[in-house]
Order: sequence, then C-alpha cells, then structure tokens
Amino acid sequence: MNATGSLATVDDLRRHIAALETPGRARGAVTFGVGELDRRLADGGIATGSLHEITAAGTALTEDAAATLFTTGIAARAVPSLPILWALTRFDLYAPGLEQAGLIPDRVVFAQAREDRDVLAVMEDALRDGSFGAVVGEVCRADMTATRRLQLAAADGGRTALLMRRWRRRDANPLDAPSAAATRWRIGCASSTPLSMPGVGRAHWRVDLVRQRNGAPFTLTLEGCDAQGRLGLPAASADRAVGAGRRAHAA
Amino acid sequence: MGRRSEAAVHPFRGVRADDGGAPASRAVPDSAPASAPFVLSIRQGQRDTIYAASADALAAGLLPGMPIAQARALYADLEVEEADPARDRAALERLALHGVRHWTPTAAAAPPDGLLLDLAGTTHLFGGEAVFCRRLVAFLARLHLTAHIAISDTVGAAHALARHSGEAITIIPPGLAVEAIAPLPVAALRLEDAALTAARRFGLERVVDLLPLPRGPLARRLGRGAIERLDQAIGRVAEPIEGVVPFATPTAECRLLEPIGTLEAITQVMTDLAGDLAGQLRAEGLGARRLVLTLFRIDGSEQHVQVGLARASRDGRHLARLLHLRLEAVDPGMGIEAGRLIARLAEPLGAETLATVLTGEDRHVDVAPLIDQLAGRIGHRALFKAAPLESDVPERAVVQVSALETVAGWPRWLRPVRMLARPEPLSRVIALLPDHPPRRFEWRGTLHEIVAGDGPERIHGEWWVRDAEIWAVRDYFRVEDREGRRFWVFRRGDGIQSETGDLSWWMHGAFG
Repeated sequence: MNATGSLATVDDLRRHIAALETPGRARGAVTFGVGELDRRLADGGIATGSLHEITAAGTALTEDAAATLFTTGIAARAVPSLPILWALTRFDLYAPGLEQAGLIPDRVVFAQAREDRDVLAVMEDALRDGSFGAVVGEVCRADMTATRRLQLAAADGGRTALLMRRWRRRDANPLDAPSAAATRWRIGCASSTPLSMPGVGRAHWRVDLVRQRNGAPFTLTLEGCDAQGRLGLPAASADRAVGAGRRAHAA
Repeated sequence: MGRRSEAAVHPFRGVRADDGGAPASRAVPDSAPASAPFVLSIRQGQRDTIYAASADALAAGLLPGMPIAQARALYADLEVEEADPARDRAALERLALHGVRHWTPTAAAAPPDGLLLDLAGTTHLFGGEAVFCRRLVAFLARLHLTAHIAISDTVGAAHALARHSGEAITIIPPGLAVEAIAPLPVAALRLEDAALTAARRFGLERVVDLLPLPRGPLARRLGRGAIERLDQAIGRVAEPIEGVVPFATPTAECRLLEPIGTLEAITQVMTDLAGDLAGQLRAEGLGARRLVLTLFRIDGSEQHVQVGLARASRDGRHLARLLHLRLEAVDPGMGIEAGRLIARLAEPLGAETLATVLTGEDRHVDVAPLIDQLAGRIGHRALFKAAPLESDVPERAVVQVSALETVAGWPRWLRPVRMLARPEPLSRVIALLPDHPPRRFEWRGTLHEIVAGDGPERIHGEWWVRDAEIWAVRDYFRVEDREGRRFWVFRRGDGIQSETGDLSWWMHGAFG
C-alpha cells in the first residue's frame, strides 16, 4: 500500500516537474510511423513545441548527409501546410536532394547567417512567430543558455525546433556539450539493403537516441527517408543473408 | 485654368488658323532645323489637316487648319507626322508638375499649349520677375520649347498677352492689365467661336472696343460667357488657378518638446511615426516597400535608418517592429529633437481574399512579416529559396531566388543532399572501363572499398555556356563502401573517346 502510494506521489511529482520544465508545451508530436521507434519515445514521436538535436555520428560527409536527411524527414512532415525555415552559416545543401526526402523547394526558406549566434537568433524569432511549421538550424556550437532559449521559444510558438549540431573538429563531439533539448539524436550510415542485382539498395541508418527527457536512450537500425520523408524498419536481421553483425545495434 | 480650361481650348485652336503663325510656332517644339517644311497632321472629320507647323512651313504659308492634301500639292517634299494631342497634353502636365516642384506651389497646365503659374510671392526667390522669366525661357529652350511668357494681374490678361503681344516676355505692372490688353484682338479673350463670329459681325475688332459698351446689350449679342471672359481678363471676376497636386511621398513627422536620448523614448517615437505613416498609407491604398527614418539631433546632424520590406505592408505594428530592430544603429548623441519617417518606395496595396477561412482549410499564413523581421537581422539577401534552373550540370541546376517567390521542383534524378562546393579529386582509383563504378578509391586520406554502385548517369557539357565543354562528359555513379557510406562520384570522360575527358575520378557529394 505504502509502496503504491509513494509511486503515485512520484508520478505526480514527475508530471509537475515536466510541466515546470516546458511551460505551455503543446502535446502534439510528429510520429515516425515506425512502431518500433514511436513506442520508445516518451512523447510518441518528435514532440512539437520543443527542441530536438540531431548530430552526425562522425565528421564524414556521408554521416552529415544522413543526419541532414533524418532532419529533413521530420521537418517535411511537421506541419505539411506550412513552410520550413532552414538557418545555416554555410550553404552546402543540395536542394534537389532535399526534395527527394519530401521537402519540396517551395516550402523551404533558407537563411544564411554569418555566424552561429545569428543562426540561433533567427531560429528563435521564427519559432516565436510560429509562421514556419518547423525551424531547422545548423550550428557548430550552442551552449546550455542558447538551447534553453530555443526550447522556450519553441514552446511559445508551438513549433518544432530541429538543431543540427555539426562537428567542428574530429575530437570535439557536439553531444558532449550539455543541452536543454527534449531529444538528442546521433545518426550514422549503415550498409544498405543488399539487392539481388548490382546496385545500391535503400539506405540504412544507425539511429541513436542519446538522450530523451522522460525516457530511456536506445539504438536502432532503420531504413532511410523515402520520397515523403518517412523512415522504415528493415526486415529482421536474422532473415537476411548479410549484415548479421548489425544485430548488435538493434535494440 | 481649372474648370474653365475646357472652354479655353477651342477658341484658341479655332483662332489659330486665321490669326497667323505666331501661336502655332509656339506650340511646336522646335526640333532640329529641317530644310524641308515639317507639319503635324490631325484628322478632322473626313480629312487630315495641319495641326501644327514648323517655322519653315509657316514661312512657306502652310498654316494650321489647312488640309494636308493641299499642303502636299504646294510642297512635294513636305514632311508630315501624325499629331498626338494626348501626349502633348501629358508632356504639359509633366511640365506643370515640374513647375509645382521648382517654381511655385500653384501651377496648372492650360491645354493645349499653356502653363499657368501663380507667381505671387515666389519670383523674389529667383531674383525678380524679369530674371525669373529669362531663366524660364532658357530652361524651356533647353527642352526645345519656344516660350512666350506674360506676367499680369489676371489669368485672362496673361493668357491674352502671352499669345498676342508678340514679345517673348511681357511683364505688366500691377493695375495696368486693362490698358495692356486693350489693343489686343478680341480673340485673345478666350471667347467661343460663336461669340467671335458675332463680334466680327458687329465690327468689334479689339478688346478696347468692348470695354466702353454697355453690359446688357453686349451680353445679349455675344453671350454671357463672353462677358465673363472679359471680366476675368480685366479682373472684375476672380479666376483661381487650380494647381496640379504632385504625388506626395507618404511622410510622417514629429517634433519633440524636449530632446530625447533614451532607448524607450526613441522606441516610442519609432512606434508613433510608424503608426502615423500606416494611417496615411491606408488612406491612400498604398503599402510601403522601403522606409527611411531620419532622426534630427540637436547638434544639427541627422541619423538615418533604412528598412526594406519583402512585400508591401501598411501594418503599423510590423513597420514599428522593423524599425526597432535597427535601434542599435541610432546614435542619439546629445539628444534627438525631431523625427521623420518616409515611405521611400510605396506600392498599391489592396485587400486580399481569405477564401480558405470559409472552406475550413488551414489558415493561410503569410510569412512576409517574419521574413522582414529576420532580414532586419541578417539582410534580405541572406533569405532565399532554392529554385531550379534548366541545366543538367548539377552545380548549375540550383539558383537562389527571393524568399517570397513560388518555385517548382527538379526532375527525379537521384541527387545527394550535401554537395561539395567544388568536386574533389579521388586518388588510387581502381575501376573497370567504360561503365562500371570504381572498386576502390582514396578520398581525403581514407581508402574506400566499394561494395555496390549504381550508374553511370551521363551528363554532357553545356557548350552554349562554355566553349571548353563542347565534348565534355561526366559519368556519375552512386557508390556505397564497406562501412555503408554512400557517395556521389563521377569520372571525366566516357571511357572511349579521349576528347570527352581525362578519365580522372572526382567526389561530388554524399547521400545519407
């Protein structure tokens, strides 16, 4: 009796703290449509009205591209009727590639700022305004204060903030810095689905949820974005001829 | 000449035919002296007649009103152009507008060939009436216009003297207008055709003949209109000039009781000015595209703040917010005593339909205000959309356009999401020619063992862009290495013909 009573108290406290942490947070979430993934997320998806961080698993250009596509997929499906703001300092995105991940060019407004500080300021303005369905920012460094401001702005505007933290140096992992984000993701490339003929199959990614508020971290291998920005769940590893070594990542 | 300008047109034009050459020579801009007589024609009823004639033509006896056929019979080498009274009139209006901006607050066009300026109290700015007239004649001469100027007490007298005195400049001292116009022909009074005919029939040749006659009988014979014209000319009836009103740039001004220097006070001034300007813009149906705020400091210097808008707007709060973003640029110094906000560039802005509200769809969100706000931070050029350009060469297929444009997509060829600014060479490549992806290559010091590849996608050079590309070929491959990294690489050349490329391999982008 006593134990259940204290459990109820703990639940109450958790709810209370959650309400304190994110005032006026919208309850909605962008689901991935992948049960395996959505079930493990505390909000059942990428919560709108909060900040999410995405980092490439390494400094390689391909890892960066995978993280970009992962972000694109979420942004494209956040509020389909609204445009997206993509703030960055160095424009090395290739818009036709974004379109092939579901983000049609008419929906994306790019903001190329001179430094990270401006990117964060632009993101904050756009989030508070709420005219953009999702706001994506690419920065190298953003401290606790900056991420907390973004989180508050996202909660105010009720829009999703997606912060891509790019690698500055090989030994400076962006995920080492503390952050107020609701979820922090690390995306890396994995071998694609083998085809029965020569060619490259659908991309696979190693998706690490490094940290999430009110939930546990996990690692999954998923199929990359399709033309609508949706992820997929690969067939069970055991059924496949190759890639058995990947089972270590699953679960 | 205002509401009576219509009446003034016809008598004058009618008179021109029998009145000799003087007025017509004024009406025609003297272009380059032509050896051949030159006339402008206009269609009157069933025939073309001379509308105006050059000095040569007038000297040769070609008078306005003469049929063109007759003129051609007299001079075979006659040059004829069609007259364009509408454009003449527009030019005259422009001249009147120039007058309002430079010479006097009250100026009006008096078609077809007159310009009325109310010079009361303004000529001293130009050094007196005589000097002003000389300057005006010189100015119009530079525009290839021959001017005849008369200054008098009344519009009627000035009109008559300018056209019938024969002098380039006629200045009548105050109170002497009646004496000055007395010897002029009756036609100078801007009478209607019927009145002129009647006057001729009664033997009334000059203005002086009309003056002593009793009013009643005169009105019965020439009509009441003639009496009014006479009274206007001699100053018995007022004839105000209805000046043209130039387009006024929407401007809001404020003068402060005491100099301000604090952030809050300047913010407040910006808000007030933006509100005032928004009200003006609303009244005129305009939206501002560019704002200039001038703050006058007490030391006599000025502080300027410029703001551009992505789309015309007259939302006072939005304008104020844009100005607030530039608050850092203002240096109040010892204090600011006045402010002026100008819509330097304004566009017509009507109401917009909000159909989607009724049909229950998602509310259309206008991002333009936010774009302006963000542009206040990083500049309008830093905000853009990526738009397609008709080109197969990947780095040429994307162009940056304004953030508010509507753009279409690209063809569905598989493209990477991150591209290198310029392709980087690969080394130690092992590949089968002509159309197999590489087996192995080294890039940025890392050896990549390729396990799968797609391609080639052949892209030819665009010889219409650069001559050197006439034979150039790139074969693009999408390859995946043993660690699952997917790249976009290409080989220069088709692997068969050497002029298509040197068979070097390049890294161009990365797929996720």
